[in-house]
Amino acid sequence: MSVVAKFEIHHRRYLDERGEPVGELPEFTCKPETVIELYRGMVLTRAFDEKAVALQRTGKLGTYASTLGQEAAAVGLGRAMQEHDVLLPTYRECGVQLMRGVRMLELFLYWGGDERGMDFAVPRRDFPVSIVVASHIVHAVGVAFAMQYRNQARAAVPVFGDGATSKGDFYEALNAAGVWKLPVVFMGINNGWAISVPRTAQTACETLAQKAIAAGIHGEQVDGNDAIAVYQVCREALERAYRGEGATLIEALTYRLGDHTTADDATRYRAADDVEHYRSVEPLARLKAYLINAGAWSDDEDRELHEQIRAEVENAAHAYLDSAPPTPQVMFDYLYESLPPVYADQRSSVGQDDDADG
Amino acid sequence: MAELTLLEAVNAALAHELAADEDVVLLGEDIGVNGGVFRATAGLQERFGAKRVLDTPLAESLIAGMAIGMAAEGLKPVAEIQFMGFIYSTMDQIINNASRLRNRSRGRLTCPMVLRAPFGGGIHAPEHHSESTESMFAHIPGIRVVIPSSPMRAYGLLLASIRDPDPVVFLEPKRIYRLVKQEVPDTGDAATLDVCFTLREGGDVTLVSWGAMLHDALQAADQAAALGISVEVVDVATLKPLDMQTILDSVTKTGRCVIVHEAARTAGFGAEIAANLAEHGLLSLFAPVERVTGYDTIMPLYRLENHYMPGTGQIVRALKRAVEYE
Repeated sequence: MSVVAKFEIHHRRYLDERGEPVGELPEFTCKPETVIELYRGMVLTRAFDEKAVALQRTGKLGTYASTLGQEAAAVGLGRAMQEHDVLLPTYRECGVQLMRGVRMLELFLYWGGDERGMDFAVPRRDFPVSIVVASHIVHAVGVAFAMQYRNQARAAVPVFGDGATSKGDFYEALNAAGVWKLPVVFMGINNGWAISVPRTAQTACETLAQKAIAAGIHGEQVDGNDAIAVYQVCREALERAYRGEGATLIEALTYRLGDHTTADDATRYRAADDVEHYRSVEPLARLKAYLINAGAWSDDEDRELHEQIRAEVENAAHAYLDSAPPTPQVMFDYLYESLPPVYADQRSSVGQDDDADG
Repeated sequence: MAELTLLEAVNAALAHELAADEDVVLLGEDIGVNGGVFRATAGLQERFGAKRVLDTPLAESLIAGMAIGMAAEGLKPVAEIQFMGFIYSTMDQIINNASRLRNRSRGRLTCPMVLRAPFGGGIHAPEHHSESTESMFAHIPGIRVVIPSSPMRAYGLLLASIRDPDPVVFLEPKRIYRLVKQEVPDTGDAATLDVCFTLREGGDVTLVSWGAMLHDALQAADQAAALGISVEVVDVATLKPLDMQTILDSVTKTGRCVIVHEAARTAGFGAEIAANLAEHGLLSLFAPVERVTGYDTIMPLYRLENHYMPGTGQIVRALKRAVEYE
C-alpha cells in the first residue's frame, strides 16, 4: 500500500483574543491607516446592524439577519477586495456590502421590503444577497469564467455560511473552479450555527477549509475574529486569483452572537454560557485593544468615531423611513427588458382592481 | 440551398451565433469533443475552441447557475441539459435566480441565457428520458419558454432566443430531431418570439399544438381534410409569454378548438389555453374545447410509450367530435 495523496490545513491568526500580536504581523500593519480603516468598518457594521435590529423590533423593518460578532470576517474581506471584483453575498453580509460601497439606505430598503435596495449605485456588478443557501456559489463560477474569458485580473467572491458547505451547489462550484483554475475566492463564514444546527452536525470533517482539497484548490482556515488575519488571507487569495493561480476556499472561524434572524430565538437551542464565552472574544474589542496598545488610537478618537457613525446611521435610517413605496406597477417593469404586450392588461389593473389599502 | 434536419438546424444556428458574437459561449456535458449526445453541437468545439464550447463537469445545477453568472457579466451563455429528465436540478437556479435577476436588481443585472434541452417521448429511450414537463417552466414569471416544431423554426427561434435579453428555456422535440428535412437558409435571420404561427388555414376547427406533436397534428389535419373537415393549425412556438390573441382570432373564426400535447393532462399547458378560451372566447364556441394529451400517469417505459403518446387517430376523432357536436 502506498500513500497517493497527503494534505494539511493551515490556520492563520495574528492577534490573540486580547489584541496581542502572536507573531510577526503582516506588512500592511506597519502603517496604521489600513488597520484603522478595518476598525472603522467594523464599528460602522455593528452600528448599522444594531439599528436594523432596533427598527425591526419596533415594526419599521422586515425580518433581518444580524451579523453581530462577525464584523471582522466581513470587513476584512470587504476591505481586501478591489472595486472591479464581484461580491456574491449571503444575507448576513451587510458588513462586506458596506465596505464595497453599498449605501446603508439601500440595505434598509432591501430589508424593508423594497427591491430598489438591490439596485446599488455602487458597486454595479455585485450580486444582491442570496437567500437560497449556496445557490449563488455556482453563479460565482460563471462570473469568474467571464473574467478569465476576457483575460481580466478580477475575482468573483461568493460568501456563505457553514451550513452552505453541506449543499451540492457548494461542491459543484468548488469542483468546477478547480477544473478551470478560475479566479474565485470562496469565503466561508463558519459562525458555528446554521439556524439551530451546530457546525458539528453539518460535517464530520475537522475543518471546512479541507473541503478545498477534494476540489484541487487552495484551502485555508483563518481566525475570523482577527480582522488583520482575515484581511491578509483574503488579499493573498485575491492576488493568486488575479495572477491566474486559481481559486481559494477560506474558512473564517467566528461566532454568530445574535439569533439567526429577528424571527428566531436562539435560546431554544444553545447554551447561554457558550454565547457569553464568544461575546468575550468578539472582534471589535480585540482590534481596538491592538490599536490602543500600538499607540494608533485613543478613547477620545473612539468616542468621536462612534458619534460620527451613529449620526450617519441615523441619517440613513431617516432617509429610509421617509421614503415612499414604489408605484405598484413597477412589479411588471423589470420582469423582462420590455414587457410582452400580453401582460399589459395585468399591469394596468394593478392598483385599480386589487384590495391593497396603500 | 441546404436541406437540414431540426437537429442540424440547431447546430447551424449555434454555429452562426458563435461566429457572429464573441460573447456567445456554449456549455454543457459532452458538448465539446463528442458534439453532444444527439450531436447538436457536432464540430463546434473544433471550429470555435474549447473556451467557446465548454465541456463542463457532470453537474446540472452548476451548468445553469454558471450560465447565470456568465450572463450577469455580459456573456450570452447557451447551456445544454442532455435530457429533460436531468433538468430538474436546474429548477432552483431557473426559478430562484435566472428568472428574477433583472427584477430583483431593478435591471442592474440581467440574465440573457438560453437553457436548451431535448424533450418528449417516442424514441424508445431509457427511463427519465422521455418526459414533457414544459408547463412547469411556463408557470415561472420572468422567463420565456420556446419550442420549435420544424427545422426552419428551430433555426430562427434559437437565434432569437440567444439574442433575447432575458432567460429562455428552449425545448427541442427530440422525436422529430431527424424526422424531416427542410430548406433552412443560413441567413442569420431570427424568427419572432412571443407569437404563435398559423401553419395551415382552415374554417371548421382550430387545432393547437407545439413541438413534435405538431407533426402528428398536421397529419391529422390532412386526414380530416379527406373527411371534409377544414382544420386551422396553430403552432404555439412560445408558450411563455403566450400569444393568446392568435388562438382567439382563429377560434372566433372556427368556433371549435382541439389542443394537443404529449405532456400529462392535469395542469398541462393545454389547460392554460382552454382557460383563456373559457374567459375570452366562450361565446364564440360551438363545441366544448377538446384536449388530446398524455395520461396523468408516469411516462411508461418504451414498451408502452405508444399507448401513452397521443396519436393521429385520436386527434382526428377529437376533430370530428368537435365538428359534429350539437
